[in-house]
Amino acid sequence: MNLEANSAQVVARGGFFREVRSLVRENVREYGMYIALFVIMLIFTILTDGLFMSSRNISNLLDATGYIAVLAVGMTLVIVIRHIDLSVGFAAGFMGAVAAILLTQFGLPVYATIPIVLVLGTLAGLVNGFLVASVGIPAFVATLAGMLIFRGALLRVTEKTGTINIKDEAFNAIGNGYIPEIARVGGLCLSSLLIGAAAILLYVFSQIRSRRNKLKYNFEVVSTGIFVLKLVFVSAIIAYITYILAGYNGFSWTVVTMLLVVLIYHFLTTKTVLGRHIYAVGSNPEAAHLSGINVKKITYVVFGSMGLLSALSGILFTSRLQSATTTAGTLFELDAIAAAYVGGVSAAGGVGKVTGSIIGAIVMASLSSGMNLLGVGISYQYMIRGAVLALAVIFDVMTRKKRS
Amino acid sequence: MSDYILEMRNISKSFPGVKALTDVSFKVRRGEIHCLVGENGAGKSTLMKVLSGVYPYGTYTGEIVFEGRQQRFQSISDSVKAGIAIIHQELALFPDLSVYENIFAGNEVQRHGLVQWNETIVRAREMLRKVKLDINPSTLVKDLGVGKQQLVEIAKALSKNVKLLILDEPTAALNETESENLLKLLRELKQQGITCILISHKLKEIIAIADQVTVLRDGKTICTLDAAKDEISENVIIRHMVGRELEDIYPKRTVKSFGDRVLEIRNWTAYDPQLGRYVVKETNLYVRKGEIVGIAGLMGSGRTELALSIFGNPKGYKLQGELLVDGVPKTFRHPDDAIRAGIAYVSEDRKRNGLFLIQDIRRNITAANLKAVSGGGWINENEEIRVSNFYKDALNIKTPSVEQIVGNLSGGNQQKVSLAKWLFAQPKLLILDEPTRGIDVGAKYEIYTIMNDLISRGMSILMISSELGEVLGMSDRVYVMAEGRITGELPIEEADQEKIMQYATL
Repeated sequence: MNLEANSAQVVARGGFFREVRSLVRENVREYGMYIALFVIMLIFTILTDGLFMSSRNISNLLDATGYIAVLAVGMTLVIVIRHIDLSVGFAAGFMGAVAAILLTQFGLPVYATIPIVLVLGTLAGLVNGFLVASVGIPAFVATLAGMLIFRGALLRVTEKTGTINIKDEAFNAIGNGYIPEIARVGGLCLSSLLIGAAAILLYVFSQIRSRRNKLKYNFEVVSTGIFVLKLVFVSAIIAYITYILAGYNGFSWTVVTMLLVVLIYHFLTTKTVLGRHIYAVGSNPEAAHLSGINVKKITYVVFGSMGLLSALSGILFTSRLQSATTTAGTLFELDAIAAAYVGGVSAAGGVGKVTGSIIGAIVMASLSSGMNLLGVGISYQYMIRGAVLALAVIFDVMTRKKRS
Repeated sequence: MSDYILEMRNISKSFPGVKALTDVSFKVRRGEIHCLVGENGAGKSTLMKVLSGVYPYGTYTGEIVFEGRQQRFQSISDSVKAGIAIIHQELALFPDLSVYENIFAGNEVQRHGLVQWNETIVRAREMLRKVKLDINPSTLVKDLGVGKQQLVEIAKALSKNVKLLILDEPTAALNETESENLLKLLRELKQQGITCILISHKLKEIIAIADQVTVLRDGKTICTLDAAKDEISENVIIRHMVGRELEDIYPKRTVKSFGDRVLEIRNWTAYDPQLGRYVVKETNLYVRKGEIVGIAGLMGSGRTELALSIFGNPKGYKLQGELLVDGVPKTFRHPDDAIRAGIAYVSEDRKRNGLFLIQDIRRNITAANLKAVSGGGWINENEEIRVSNFYKDALNIKTPSVEQIVGNLSGGNQQKVSLAKWLFAQPKLLILDEPTRGIDVGAKYEIYTIMNDLISRGMSILMISSELGEVLGMSDRVYVMAEGRITGELPIEEADQEKIMQYATL
């Protein structure tokens, strides 16, 4: 969206390469992140003789990112409206345990358990929203309290049993299973290939439609060359990822869930009135209030959505481990916050994209995965990830200063 | 008779695009009370900021001689060391600390790096005696009224061996008894040899207390009047304050016709629980269709508070009285209610609470009326861009595209975006709070033309302005406010600068 917008002015400046150059300059923060991810992946691929880019590793990497990525999506919105939520880690842990208990001790089926847990998570998020928006407690403190309470609650419900093992196949499939293959074509999973192809078609069609629409309104658009280049480039990436995943077991349910969450939140934040209001509140709460936007309601919605996504994260994690443990959720919140910041969200509010946070989460997961493959000690892993977080934010601050 | 404690010579100070002070000279005799007067924006505060080192040496031209020595203050602490203390309108106290901690904040009584609290309290008592404040020094500042807080500020200044005390509108927030007490105290300090510069809008108290009065206008010294020579009177001061010729910068409307009352308030009172006082008192006012109504008054007279209390009360005042839109009584609980009833408020401080500076023009323009470009919660971005381009052209917002970030625009263009946002909400009544503050003359003229155009389409405008020329040049009727009350209502034919000033300084 931004891409077309900025380039609208570019057209007049002429020249294909000129256009590319100014596109890059004007979107340096966003492109920078993709380039960083590309460089990281390239380095690990070279250092591991291609092992990093293997189907199996990428598939595992994405599955392991899932539960942090959904948290990062919610966290992005919380940070956009200038708050923070520290309770999400143990909230996820606790909600996962609740799911386990419902499944094992109450014998509820999966299709009943999941909605119940999601609703509970949303309610917990709304409590945070109430404390922050209506009572006026700083989000840091309110959610710190929530973190302690959820931690205690998690310990309480797992106290007698210890780790709760889940035997429900359907539930465990969410974190470990893959979409049905239908058939394998040349060693590749057919259903995944079809989904990939559908995604490419959908992408190309929606882009063409949006471009036609713009032309109908007589708006400037990027030159045809750039437009085609962009279509080919993005389609190639989708095709490549699909190819890699299809070479293993295809799309996992975790990846599908993650993609759905990103897709929904991406449209919600960029295309709807609600999304616009969220960013308005983030960039200037007083002006938003005076523009007739209900700041309190937006705060409730954002924290409610955060609660919903923590419950989802808890389900993904519990299902992946096929059990609820006493320490589930430890430090998830900080991983999610780190992913959001690497993804370009700004603590000053009003800035940050859902898609960016997902990339941020994948960057962090890639670092872990790559360093594991290389046998880098855990001590160094933490330090390197810390350095990358700091570098991302430094880059952010620098590019923002330059532009203003 | 050349015993001047302070001489400021040929001071000039520019901000980007504005010349705030031009060649200002200002002399203060030792041991006198010298009043500095002028309209809002005349340069009083800037001059005092130059004097107190807020604007360091080198950012202005001209020289400052204090106590016979040329001074080059690099910061406020330099001027404090030299013996100059300034007490701002917004008090700089720590509400949650005690009185004695406040008096010696930044100037702690210490030995070997440890604060001597007992000695601090003893010395604080002494300072409080000097300002005639009979309270326990351990009282928390937040538990004191504004009047007493002001005395604590003065005590703080005295503790630093101040020779020249500057007070910026000290009585603006005080009631009458408190004001009188303060003036009495200033006279006593004068006896003790402390020189005082007083910035005030209240002419009566100036006449009562001043030894000399210096009038600033448009960043220039107009004259200095001496009480000893019997030069000071209300009329003389007002004449010098407003003396500029009205230039023809206000486009005239040819046709004027007024319809029914679009907005009316009766016995309207607003109490601010945060400040703990009434900000609007017993106000009656109406605006007719096709009318520009001006609200004049000095800063702090309650004009913005009045506007906000009408516009859905975002600050949570306790309201009393009646509000009618098109003759129908209404209660607004949230700005959204007011917007739906057809009222828009273009904020005085567009950067702080008017615009989303980090967002682009189109997102700003549609912010108050997203419904108009969306269906079922989904925004039609193309429609949004079309609408934004329409306003960009209609208001002549100078920018290559509506995708530009608003923070990068000039003040005049930002104001137009702010205006566009509210025009897109299709109001019947537009409340403009200082519509041309901080923008250049050309952009001002454009804003005025837009206002006239809106009126000709049947809209009504309630305009708050501190620029008398603007009020007189644009309004069809003028209300004057002072201390939360409407002190005068003038049809434009009867309004002139002197009359407005009189009502405003009541």
